[in-house]
Amino acid sequence: MRERSIIYILTVALIGTIIAFSAGLFIVSQPEIPIRISGAGATFPAPLFQKWSLEFDSLTGIQVDYEGIGSGGGITQHTAKTVDFAASDPPMKESEWLTAPNTLHLPITIGAIVVAYNLPGVALPINLTGSVIAQIFARWITTWDNATLQSLNPAVTLPSQDITVVHRSDSSGSTAVFTSFLSDESSMWNSTYGASKTIDWHPDTLGQKGNSGIAAHLQTNQYSLGYIELSYAIESNIDYALIENADTVYSLANTTTIAEAAAFAALTLPDGDEDWEPVGSYFALSYGCGNAYPISSFSYMLVYKELNVIPGMTLEKAKALTNWLWWCTHQAQSYADALHYVEIPGPVIAINEVSLRSITYNGAIVNTWA
Amino acid sequence: MSKTSRAKKKPKSINIKSTGDSIFKSFLGIITFLIFIILGLLILILTLNSSLSIETYGFSFLWGTEWNPTPAGGGAPIFGVLPPLLGTLTSSLIAILISFPISIGIALALSEFTKKKINFWLSFLVELLAAIPSVIYGLWGIFTLIPILSQYVYPAIQDVLGFIPLFQGATHGYNILTGGITLAIMIIPTITAISRDIFAAVPDSQREAIIALGATKWESTKIVRKYGRSGVIGAVILGLGRAVGETMAVTMVIGNSFHLFDSLFDPSYTLASLIANEFTEASSPEVYLSALIEVGLVLLILALVVNVIARLIIRYTKRKFRGVETF
Repeated sequence: MRERSIIYILTVALIGTIIAFSAGLFIVSQPEIPIRISGAGATFPAPLFQKWSLEFDSLTGIQVDYEGIGSGGGITQHTAKTVDFAASDPPMKESEWLTAPNTLHLPITIGAIVVAYNLPGVALPINLTGSVIAQIFARWITTWDNATLQSLNPAVTLPSQDITVVHRSDSSGSTAVFTSFLSDESSMWNSTYGASKTIDWHPDTLGQKGNSGIAAHLQTNQYSLGYIELSYAIESNIDYALIENADTVYSLANTTTIAEAAAFAALTLPDGDEDWEPVGSYFALSYGCGNAYPISSFSYMLVYKELNVIPGMTLEKAKALTNWLWWCTHQAQSYADALHYVEIPGPVIAINEVSLRSITYNGAIVNTWA
Repeated sequence: MSKTSRAKKKPKSINIKSTGDSIFKSFLGIITFLIFIILGLLILILTLNSSLSIETYGFSFLWGTEWNPTPAGGGAPIFGVLPPLLGTLTSSLIAILISFPISIGIALALSEFTKKKINFWLSFLVELLAAIPSVIYGLWGIFTLIPILSQYVYPAIQDVLGFIPLFQGATHGYNILTGGITLAIMIIPTITAISRDIFAAVPDSQREAIIALGATKWESTKIVRKYGRSGVIGAVILGLGRAVGETMAVTMVIGNSFHLFDSLFDPSYTLASLIANEFTEASSPEVYLSALIEVGLVLLILALVVNVIARLIIRYTKRKFRGVETF
């Protein structure tokens, strides 16, 4: 009996020592808890933000978590102050902006919507105008060899096949951008369908979920046509059309033509802390825009001017957040091209710098980056 | 329980004084109660959050055919869910019609006909099908199933049956029939697994009895099928429940078109897809989010109604002899 109780005591002592030792090791080896910044919003710039977040972490050790839940979700979370920053493709509507006072809009990258299609046997990219695109999506033009379409493309012979039209089934900023363009180009579209994230599309069209859904559809279905972000079209190797701009130039979307559109729009932009609804969902071009691609748009980061409204904010975190946003505006732009996004032009960087320098925590300016 | 099947009265419950047992009993009671509470809370929260939409639209929500949160030229949003409601019901019905004979066939084969070794691998494969995530089914549908269906199967069906309006229209593959077929493939494992267990639980004495009466191998399965009928209906209800709620796979192949279909080759919509597609962006106007939650409520009530109807069917087709029941 004595031997057994000795064994019990020794076993308990041994286990106790192991536990104490491990706990000690654990506590000692614990690195300092890194600062985590949380963001949420649009899915379009999500790949770019993921790349930025990786690079920023390796540069500074600050971790940025971004959830692509959609522009609307980003605005909702920003208004509810559950994230440190948010992202949205269309700017906040004035009504939304008023429920989240002191919001700064930071245009952080630029993208473009292209009209992509699957047309076997046609080697050159086709020409389209905004009005014709509206007619296709409204099913006024139903076949590829329609006279109007053919007259825009004298160099190719279009087949006599039905056009399978694909749109986004989910609400999205891309739809808002695309339909804003169509509404401006076609009064028929404006009065029948309008511009919005969710549209009551023509019943004879198909819906697919996400840019990837439309890309997959276009890849596997001949004679189909739809709208997607440029980066998806390039990555999935899908043809996309040249679109007529305000100078009656047929423009193909690429870094140069999109940057031209951005430079054109940058001439008339508000300050970061003002209402950005008038800027619109896309860069509306007018005479003198040269080769600019007509369906380009900003993607914005949204942040509060006074950071103490966000629960859990500290001075250290505020500094990290503003450093992150400053880095996104400047050094991070060099990563854009490889991922098929477009850098923001100088005037926009200047607007962002003013905005970032005005961010305060408990009334005191956080960072000046002199 | 029928009164005539018992010769004696039920014995009184044995009075147990052990504390362990009474703790266990109350623990079980709490857990059971929890299930009712969860369901009740679910219905309550859904109803509360959709109250704005219920007040605004009333019953016209159920038979409206237009869904427009931001009508062109301003104006109040219009919401109606008849097209996706019919889409959900029809695609689930198609799925049941296709999967029922296949599942019962596989279940019978597994319980009556195959050798133990093949049995093991076949069961394993069927259960593997159940483990595949639904997004994978959707992707497979887009890249494999739809090209095959739209290039070979649908044109062939249209050649033979094209005179019926139900089979007319463009056969590009993204339609309600494809949705039904994809759902069928997804619920086959569910129905098969349960049915196989039901059939296996039929006592051998029944099989021996009917063979002794001179039945062939196929005819002997008759007793198995009759014996397991109510259990199989239970399995079908489970499969139907999955079909009604299935979101990702269906939204990728059904075409997401908000209009009443007049042909099986027309694109359509389902309630679950509608919610999944629009929920994240429904920040304004206020009634938009409320309407989407009401769609969720409609879906929940639909599932409950289908369940109740199926159970009533079980009760009224029950035979006098006791079958193998799972519920």
